[in-house]
Amino acid sequence: MKQNPVFRVVAKILFAPIIMFGLYVQFHGDFGPGGGFQAGVIIAAAFILHALVFGLEAGRQVISARVNLWMMALGVTIYGAVGIVSMAKGGLFLDYTALTGSVASGQHIGIILVEFGVGLTVTSVMLALFHAFAGFVEDRAK
Amino acid sequence: MAGLIINIFLLALLVLIAVMVVRSGRLYAVIVMSGAYSLTSAAMFVNLDAVDVAFTEAAVGAGISTVLFLAAMAYVPADEKPSQNRNLLAGLICVGAGALLLLAVFDLPTLGDPMAPVHQHVAPRYLAESGSALHIPNVVTTVLASYRGFDTLGETIVVFTAGLGVLMLLAGFTRTGRINPVPAKTGSAKKDGGKSKSSSATPKGSKV
Repeated sequence: MKQNPVFRVVAKILFAPIIMFGLYVQFHGDFGPGGGFQAGVIIAAAFILHALVFGLEAGRQVISARVNLWMMALGVTIYGAVGIVSMAKGGLFLDYTALTGSVASGQHIGIILVEFGVGLTVTSVMLALFHAFAGFVEDRAK
Repeated sequence: MAGLIINIFLLALLVLIAVMVVRSGRLYAVIVMSGAYSLTSAAMFVNLDAVDVAFTEAAVGAGISTVLFLAAMAYVPADEKPSQNRNLLAGLICVGAGALLLLAVFDLPTLGDPMAPVHQHVAPRYLAESGSALHIPNVVTTVLASYRGFDTLGETIVVFTAGLGVLMLLAGFTRTGRINPVPAKTGSAKKDGGKSKSSSATPKGSKV
């Protein structure tokens, strides 16, 4: 698909708005539909579109397999760390109110951090799945 | 009334797509139709005011899993192997299970019934508290991330573990931490790693 100008132009135009929409879904989840799971999938879709049009190798240069693996782990770690920090501050595990002491700000910060962790893990897992499935055959054919 | 008609139409569409999926032997067509199935279900969820679920279904079911299925298609032949034998017992079990499920439907509370058990337990507290006490208007988010935060942590770990499993099986992540894309040719992996860095200039240049 690399040669087709229509695909290339459309992919270039769409890439940034898809990520923008993903970030909106990610951080607007408190007020409207959305959250980490959906946002992660949407952001991964932008990178998959890029890899589909410009080739798997170009996609791997944007986010390398090693960085992707670290992102997978980092998302879960952020989630767990929020729980441990709230314990350290005297609350229960994942009791966000304990993060700042007040219900309103604590819950907001906790939920945004936790959803960010979910989004990070989901994005990188989706990318990893795509590259594992699509890349394996290409590697074998070499 | 309009909602009911739309629901009946969408349900008929779902049944139609399901029958087409079963009858089609071409796997590409099956993948595309399963994407259409997800999109139709998403429309149905919107009609039932479950916007968050619809969003997830559209993004995950219709979007990413279709792409992942297509990527996985590289491993399998394009056509389903035609099976000749008709297993009568399996058919009977299917019909029996379906009949039991249909029977169970009659015991379900009516859709949207405020006296249904699911609306009597913790849901009223969540609905009352989320906006006023926690200052987060989207109840779905508070239930997912706050009230049921521990469950969501488990879900995230499941996603993470699934990703790790696929990587270990298909992408050749080895115990030493070296990312080895060619499991058969271990010796040339190091050379490939160096090459991909030096050749990275070429596709970048040709892209512009």
